[in-house]
Amino acid sequence: MNRLESYLFISSILAALGVVTIASRRNAVAILMGIELLLNAAALNFVAFGRFVKNAAGTHPLDGQIFAIFIIVLAAAEAVILLAVIIAIYRQVESIDADRLRELKG
Amino acid sequence: MKPSDLFFVLFALMTVAPAFVVAFSRSLVHSAFALLFTLVGMAGLYGFLAADFLAVLQILLYVGGILVLILFGVLFTQKAHTPEATTGRFAFAPVLLVGAVLFAVLFVVLGIGISWPLAEERPAEPTIRTLGNLLLSRHLLPFEAASVVLLTVLIGAVAIARKELR
Repeated sequence: MNRLESYLFISSILAALGVVTIASRRNAVAILMGIELLLNAAALNFVAFGRFVKNAAGTHPLDGQIFAIFIIVLAAAEAVILLAVIIAIYRQVESIDADRLRELKG
Repeated sequence: MKPSDLFFVLFALMTVAPAFVVAFSRSLVHSAFALLFTLVGMAGLYGFLAADFLAVLQILLYVGGILVLILFGVLFTQKAHTPEATTGRFAFAPVLLVGAVLFAVLFVVLGIGISWPLAEERPAEPTIRTLGNLLLSRHLLPFEAASVVLLTVLIGAVAIARKELR
């Protein structure tokens, strides 16, 4: 059970669901949740490959986990900035429906 | 089937099943709380991958930080008793098709189609010391860049979200 393919299976499902969420939702916060799913799928892939695949010359077995750490840090940064933008837009337009946000001019 | 396999399947289900709720639930609050279970399940999977530090980081940063932030975002941007909380969708059928194709490509081509050069089984050991040494030696430049990014994001988020003083 604890094999590379099972982790690839899980992360493929997460990535597909993330793309479905991003593409089909109208609410900007829901789109942010889809992005988080996608980033999690990528991080899980990095860690699983680092654990199971033979590492090439000049690499360290834990490099995959380092990548996952950077993904988590950047996901935090991206969530903060996106929510700041969403709240600023909500003040202006009184809505975060992605359909109705048609102009960037203030 | 070993007992550890049972726990693995449990954590895998805990990761994947709520992700469907995130994608398909019409209620934004349901989606946010389903995301909580997905993220905790991911922490369990990191435990199975012998990434103890990452499992803790996942709970601390994702569940404790990002998810709370998302919940605040949900609450700040809902008018009470309006249909905004149940979000509509557009173009649902083509999006589902795209998702299915993406899953097939990711798993069938990358997962089953390629035989990766597998390493021999490594024993699970604590990773914190090694990770710290790696971050401050091999990956020092990205580490410093990440701290600059976080500072920029802090200042930028305050500048964007504050009320206009006019």
